[in-house]
Amino acid sequence: MKAISQSIRKKDHDPKIEGRSRYLADYNFTDSGKEILCGKLLRSRYAKAKVLSVKLPELPEGYLYVDRGDIPGDNNVNIVLDDTPVFARETVEYIGEPIGMLVGADEKEVERLLGEIEVEYEELEPVTDLRKADHAFFNYEFGHGDVEKAFAEADKVYEEEFRTGYQEQAYLEVQGMMAEPEEDGKMYVHGSLQCPYYVHGALARALGTGPDGIHIFQDVTGGGFGGKEDYPSILGCQVAVAAHKAQAPVRCVFDRREDMEFTPKRHPSICKYKMAVKDGRVTAVDCDVIFDAGAYSTLSAVVLQRGIIAAPGVYDIPNVHVTGRALKTNTVPCGAYRGFGAPQTFFAVETMMNHIAQDMGEDTIRFKEKHLVKQGDKTSTNGKYHFPVPLPAMLDEVDGLAQLRKKHEEYSKPQTGRCRRGMGLSVYFHGAGFTGSGERDIIKATAKLHKYADGTVEVLASNADIGQGVRTTFPKIVAHELNLPVEKVYYNHPDTARVPDSGPTVASRSLMTVGELLRRAAIKLRDIWVEGEEQEVEEHYKEPDFMIPFYLDRFEGDAYPTYAWGVNAVEVEVDTYTGLAKILGAYASFDVGTPVDYNIVMGQMDGGFLQGLGYASIEKMDYDSKGRIRNNSFTDYLIPTALDVPNLKVTLHVEEYPDGPYGAKGAGELPLVGAAPAYVEAIEQAIGRKLNHAPFNAEDVIAALEEK
Amino acid sequence: MDVITFTLNGKEVVYDGSAADRLLEVLRDTYDMKSVKCGCKEGECGACAVLLDGLLVNSCCVAVGAVDGSKVMTVEGFRETPQFAVLSAAFADLSAVQCGFCIPGMVLAAQAVLSQNPHPTEDEVREGLSGNLCRCTGYNAIINAVLNASKEGEGLW
Repeated sequence: MKAISQSIRKKDHDPKIEGRSRYLADYNFTDSGKEILCGKLLRSRYAKAKVLSVKLPELPEGYLYVDRGDIPGDNNVNIVLDDTPVFARETVEYIGEPIGMLVGADEKEVERLLGEIEVEYEELEPVTDLRKADHAFFNYEFGHGDVEKAFAEADKVYEEEFRTGYQEQAYLEVQGMMAEPEEDGKMYVHGSLQCPYYVHGALARALGTGPDGIHIFQDVTGGGFGGKEDYPSILGCQVAVAAHKAQAPVRCVFDRREDMEFTPKRHPSICKYKMAVKDGRVTAVDCDVIFDAGAYSTLSAVVLQRGIIAAPGVYDIPNVHVTGRALKTNTVPCGAYRGFGAPQTFFAVETMMNHIAQDMGEDTIRFKEKHLVKQGDKTSTNGKYHFPVPLPAMLDEVDGLAQLRKKHEEYSKPQTGRCRRGMGLSVYFHGAGFTGSGERDIIKATAKLHKYADGTVEVLASNADIGQGVRTTFPKIVAHELNLPVEKVYYNHPDTARVPDSGPTVASRSLMTVGELLRRAAIKLRDIWVEGEEQEVEEHYKEPDFMIPFYLDRFEGDAYPTYAWGVNAVEVEVDTYTGLAKILGAYASFDVGTPVDYNIVMGQMDGGFLQGLGYASIEKMDYDSKGRIRNNSFTDYLIPTALDVPNLKVTLHVEEYPDGPYGAKGAGELPLVGAAPAYVEAIEQAIGRKLNHAPFNAEDVIAALEEK
Repeated sequence: MDVITFTLNGKEVVYDGSAADRLLEVLRDTYDMKSVKCGCKEGECGACAVLLDGLLVNSCCVAVGAVDGSKVMTVEGFRETPQFAVLSAAFADLSAVQCGFCIPGMVLAAQAVLSQNPHPTEDEVREGLSGNLCRCTGYNAIINAVLNASKEGEGLW
């Protein structure tokens, strides 16, 4: 193990375990000693309706209501397109859409008054069936080779449809934001969030202040997983509009049901795959990917891009055609969740490959192995796998951990008896960092190091530690290059008034991209270091020279500089009487390059893997014909507990990436992506049925067994 | 019952509000015990777990009247103990704290397990922590940390 991989005590360990860390709900007063008003959202009761009137009860002194009429700037939340309003426009587009916010000193009184508001609606016909949705926010198409010819010449053509459901991030700390008008007329907005500069951009627009009129701070954040990528921009604008009108601090912290029902989650999907096989090899893939975007487009463009780029999987298929659409339904807008579109398409392609192999009477593992891409091969977008593809070695590692091949073969034979077993496999990648040229053209990250006269060094960057450890790993990199004890380097939670825009905390990019900027900045600082002087250095992102430029208009070029790789195996035992599946073992080899801190990386791998297993099995959430989500609590939407899994067996395979710090690549998202196909294949083996959707829970097992 | 008297982290306190008030809110708002987190307010997540006479309870599902005459311990009190020091060191060794939101409840759950059974098996630790949700770690590091603490803290429990 490299020296940089040796684990150190996390810098936020003590305050967190001692219960001293202050999360947003823990403020009694603002830091300037002011009382904090409580804001609660008035939400739409209908999935689609015209709001005719809002009749308020008589509001006591100090209580007020805000809606779109109170927005000083623009009623658009700056995300990708301009369709997400701060507060509803003339119509509401989903159940729970914020119409306005009621604000006052006493939370219970605010709740009581909120219940007395009378809203008059004119109901309109909502779209609550993805198959009937016809408005595409985004519509993409790309490919290479000659798919039609390959289908015409095929020995056999396979077609199948795959479905995946919602997944709720279920961070333990619910969403919450607070806005405080400051003495100098600026608005200070802070809370539980991943991307301070996203919130900054949104606020500048909604308040009409320009960038200098506001600043954003990230409080200690109790998990994000993508769920706090775009949403804090929306809630941040809402509390800021309220604070602007009240000229007092306003905080809004959701309750769990509100959070589960009305904040973004993973896009449900329908993926239609068609594959041609000739002489035992897949020669063409044609896939049509549909994501349920919900009522507003928010981040769906980028989620869909990542999903469709991954659609052909890790397989060398000469002819590729992919279409992808993010469709509007009158449901809660979907957004970012760890994996960002890729879990859906990897579920589809992995399961499709299994089904083809089974039909051909081939072992699914060997069938996948013979199609694996190699270094130098073309990617789905005519880019290149520039670096070694370690999947064969990783498969052997997982075989060693799980007895994968032996058990897979054993369980593939017909089974009888009440309890039956299965072993499933998935092989996949996760593109490291932003998709396409976003890093180069949009983010243009800058990071700084500030050295104080006493020789301590502060990292200045905008990446949020949401549990993944950048408050520890960033200083570790800098201390390593400066040959300082890590105690001399620190990284505080970012405030946009003090830190440059090093980009958002997304896309598994923080350590790989910003960590590398900091490494280079540290080298610069080392070279100019003068004892006793205050010094500052900064570093800007440069795209690696080897990259084939990416063109989004035709999905051509390197969508990612490099890839993190994953091989997962899951062994289950299914009780055919109850439908319950017990996970006997979950095994993985993950290549995220050099771990900058072994324990921290393993924490990411274990945590992501278990989220993936939840997505595969018990985490079921759906909306009804009226567009209402009913699984809005931990009672009805189950996430894995410590009892639901045995110890996960994870090993790291290190394929160093020369442009990441010490060889590190993107890590955070990878471990979630492959769990669902591995789990569902294991269930298939156990019950001897061909399956094509996830999550696959106990009810699904019973239903599948009852089918002839 | 006019007032509710209970021992909070070793000190006797007198609560003069309603007996029906939620213990979670009383601890956070009246006694400023901010280590006690609200994760769901319906007894599912364990973020608000405290020790009530040594047993783990979700404070969101306890009316304060029910703790009259009892001992309540939160991390503000538990962090002063040698058992906490061992658990904290074991958690630190495996970087078992990520976002941190579940951790105060989780540490008290670990204390509840070890005080009942100083040498638990992995399955017993999993059972004992199963009322406390963690979305970050996949539980491996936490479970392993508790098992390590039971060895390191030999004699403490």
